[in-house]
Amino acid sequence: MARMTGRRALFAVPVLLAVTFGVFAIAAASPFDPVKAYAGTAGLTASQENLDQLRRNLGVDQPLVQRWWDWLTSAVHGDLGDSSTLRQPVSDVIGERIGWSVLLAATAFLLAILVGTALGVLAARRPGGWLDRAVTSLAYTLEAAPPFWIGLLAVWLFALKLGVLPSGGLTDTASSAVTAGQVASHLVLPAAVLAISQLPWFVLYVRQGVGDALGDDPVRGARARGLAERTVLLGHALRSGMLPVLTLIGSRVPELITGALMVETVFSWPGIAAATVSAATAVDFPLLAALTVLATAAVLLGNLLADLLYGLADPRVGFDG
Amino acid sequence: MRARSIRGTGAVAAAASLAVAASACSAPGDGKNAGGAKDSAVVGIAYEPDTLSPLLGYGKDGNSKIFDGLLTHDAEMKLKPALAAELPKVGDDGKTYTFKLRKGVKFSDGKPFTSKDVVFTYETILDKKTNNAAKTELDAVRDVEAKGDDTVVFHLKYPYAPFAERTVLPIAPEHIAGKQDVNTGQFTTKPVGTGPYKLVKWSKGEKLTFKANPGYWGGAPKVKNFTMAIIKDDDIRATRLDAGELDGAILPPNLAKKYESDGNKKSYAAKTFDYRVVTLPTGNKVTGDTGIRRALDTGVDRKAMVDSILDGAGKEAYGPVPTDSPWFTKGTERKHDLAAAKKILDKAGWKPGKDGIREKDGVQATFPLWYLSGDKLRQDHALAYASDAKKLGIKVEVQAGTWEVIEPRMPKDAVLAGGGSPADPDFDQYTLLKSSLAGDGFNNMAHYDNPKVDKALDEARESGDHAKRQAAYDTIQRELVKNPGYTFLTHIDHLYVVDKRFGDLTTQTEPHDHGLASGPWWNVEDWQPKQ
Repeated sequence: MARMTGRRALFAVPVLLAVTFGVFAIAAASPFDPVKAYAGTAGLTASQENLDQLRRNLGVDQPLVQRWWDWLTSAVHGDLGDSSTLRQPVSDVIGERIGWSVLLAATAFLLAILVGTALGVLAARRPGGWLDRAVTSLAYTLEAAPPFWIGLLAVWLFALKLGVLPSGGLTDTASSAVTAGQVASHLVLPAAVLAISQLPWFVLYVRQGVGDALGDDPVRGARARGLAERTVLLGHALRSGMLPVLTLIGSRVPELITGALMVETVFSWPGIAAATVSAATAVDFPLLAALTVLATAAVLLGNLLADLLYGLADPRVGFDG
Repeated sequence: MRARSIRGTGAVAAAASLAVAASACSAPGDGKNAGGAKDSAVVGIAYEPDTLSPLLGYGKDGNSKIFDGLLTHDAEMKLKPALAAELPKVGDDGKTYTFKLRKGVKFSDGKPFTSKDVVFTYETILDKKTNNAAKTELDAVRDVEAKGDDTVVFHLKYPYAPFAERTVLPIAPEHIAGKQDVNTGQFTTKPVGTGPYKLVKWSKGEKLTFKANPGYWGGAPKVKNFTMAIIKDDDIRATRLDAGELDGAILPPNLAKKYESDGNKKSYAAKTFDYRVVTLPTGNKVTGDTGIRRALDTGVDRKAMVDSILDGAGKEAYGPVPTDSPWFTKGTERKHDLAAAKKILDKAGWKPGKDGIREKDGVQATFPLWYLSGDKLRQDHALAYASDAKKLGIKVEVQAGTWEVIEPRMPKDAVLAGGGSPADPDFDQYTLLKSSLAGDGFNNMAHYDNPKVDKALDEARESGDHAKRQAAYDTIQRELVKNPGYTFLTHIDHLYVVDKRFGDLTTQTEPHDHGLASGPWWNVEDWQPKQ
C-alpha cells in the first residue's frame, strides 16, 4: 500500500512537469496579450512606451522556456509568483479561495455519493419495478443536463419563484461578516446543483453493481441460509456492488472540478472558478500554472484514493498487482 | 416578514406556504430593503476593479470612496478642493501648480496626512517599475516637491492647462504603501485612505463592503454601511434587484425600462461623454478620402441609432464633445441628409459602379469595420452604420474580433471604438486627433492628420485662458466637419435604478469607463436616507 502510494507519487512528478509546460506553451500560443489584459481600459489611452515598459515589468517579453523554468524553480522554493490579473501573490489568491471551492465540492460529492448509493440500492432491489424505472430514467435525463443549466433553473425556482433560498454569493449581499449560518444557507443551492450533476453516475453504477451482486452465488447462499433481506442487501450485495463505485469516485474528480467551475460562476461563489477563468483569458501565467497543478494533483489523488479504497474493500485486488 | 428570514428550513411540506408568503412579501410597498437597516445601502455594479491601489490606477478620475485627491468634482464636474485647502495657484506661465493642503486630515488608521504622501503617490506612479497603465496621463509632470508639511508644488515639462483635472487622483499613505511591493503588496486589496468610507472587505468576484469613516474631514456619512455587489450578468443583476437583495443597480436600457412604473424605485439616466465612433483610417484609400468621410458623416442616421439601439437613452454625437457641453461648438451639428451625402460623393468622383457600389479610379468604395466581439451595443452600432452606408453606395463589411485581432489592422481598417472623458476636452481630443500620436498604442486610431487641428490642440492645452481654449476647440470642431477622420455616432446615457427611500439623487457627467463610483452613488456620503 505504501509502496503503491510512493510509486504513484514518483509518477506524478513527470506528469505535473509536462502539464505545467503544456500550460505555458498553450498560453504563449494563445492570441491573448497579457499586457493588454493587465492594462484593461487604461491600455486604450496608454502610450506605446508605457505598454512596452509594462511588458518588461511583467516579464512577458521572455522566451517561453525561460519563463517556464523561472516559474518552476521559484515554485519549487515555495514562491508561486504574483498574479498579474489580481495584483497579488498567487499563494494569496489560492489561499483566499480554495477553501470555499473545497467546501462546495466536498459537500456536493458527499451528497452525491450518499444519495446516489441510496437511490441505486433502492432501484436494484426490484429491477424493472416502478421505482427502478423512475430512478433510472431520471438519472439518464440528469446525465444529459449541463450543471449551469440546472443551476439557472434552481435559481429561478428557489430564489425567484419561491424565495426560500438566496440566489448567490457566500453571504447576504448586505452583510460583511461571514457566519456559519449564512454560509450554510448560501451553500444549499450550489451544492445541491453540483451534487445533482454528479448523481446519475453513482445511481447507475450502484444499481448495476448491487443488481449483479444480488444474482451472485454468495448472495443466493445467504438468502438460502434464511438471512434477513436487509442483511443480504446491505451486508452482502452492497459490499460487492460498491466496488465499481470506488473506481468511479476517482474518475469523477475531473468532472467535479469542471462542474464546480460552472456552478461557482452561476452562483457568484467566491471560489477559484472566477480566478481560473480570468487567469486563462488574461494569460496570467503564474496563476494559470498553479491552478493547473492543483487540478492535476486533485485528479491524481482521486485516482490513488480510488485504488487504495478498492484494495481495502477487496483484498483480492491487491495494490498495483 | 421577509421571505429570506425563513430561508433554509428546507422542508418540502412548507414550500407551498412559503411560496405564498414570498409572493406576498415581494409585493410593492412592504418597505423591505436589502440592508435591513435604514442606514445601509447595497448596489449592484457590473465591473470589478483590478486593484484598489491608486498607485496602480484605481480612482484616477477621482471620486474614490476610500481615498481623496487633492481636488475633486462637484455634481457639475467643476473642480473643488478636497485634500487641498483651495484651488491651486498656477505660476511660471502654466508650468508650476502650487497646492496648499487642508490641515488636520487623517488617514483612517489615525495617522496624519501630509505633503510627503502627495509626493510619494505621484513619484511612485511615475516610477518605471510601477505597473500603472494610466501613467501616460501624468506625462506633463517633471517633478513634485514638498514645501513643508502643507504645501506641494508640481513642476511641469510644458504648460498644461488641464493639469489641475489630473490632481483628482487619490493620495495613498506613504507609511503603509511605501513599505510594500507596489505592484502586488497587501495595499492593492486592503487599502487605507482619507476618504468617507473604509473598506471592510473585498470578497473578490462577489462584493466590496464599506463602512463609514467616522473621522472623515468632510463629516461622517449618514449611510453607515455601503456594499457594492459585483454581478457581471445584466439579467442576474435585475433579478437580484427584484428579489430585494439590492437597493440599486446599473442596468442596460431594455432592463431599466420596466422600473419606470415601479412605485418603490426611481430611474436615473446619467449624462455622459461616452461616445461610440467609427474610425476612418487615413491609410485606407476609401476611408482616407475626404469625400467618403464627409458623405458618411452626412448620410448616417444618428437619430435612428439613439431611438432604436439606445431606446432613446442617449443623444446624437458629432464629435467627442457632447452637444449639451459648454465646449460644444454650436452649428457643427450635421443634419441627416441622404441626398446631400450622395451629392458629395458624386462631386468627389465616386460614381455608382456594378452592384450599386461606387467606384473611383478603379477603387471600389468598400472597407471593413471591426467591433469588439461580444459587445452587443457596438455590434448594433456597426450594423446600423453599414446599413446607412449601403444607401450611399458604400459597402461596409462588419466583422467581429478581439483587440488582439483588431489592433494590427487599425492603420487600414475601420473600428467601432468607444471613449470619452468629461473632465477636460484635452483628455479625449489630444490623443484622438494629434498626428504625432498616430498608431501610438490605441492613440489616434484613425491616424488622423490635420495640421490645423494639430496646432489648435497645442494652443488649447498650453493656454490658461478659457476664451483662447474655447476658440481652439471651436476650430477643431469646425475642422472635423470639413475633414472628419471619424464618424461620431452617439453619446450613451448610463441608466441606474435606485430605491426611493434614499430620496432624490443626482448623477455626475460620466466618462466612458464605468468607474466604481459612477452612478447616483457618486456622492453616497451625502445621502440622507428616509425612515
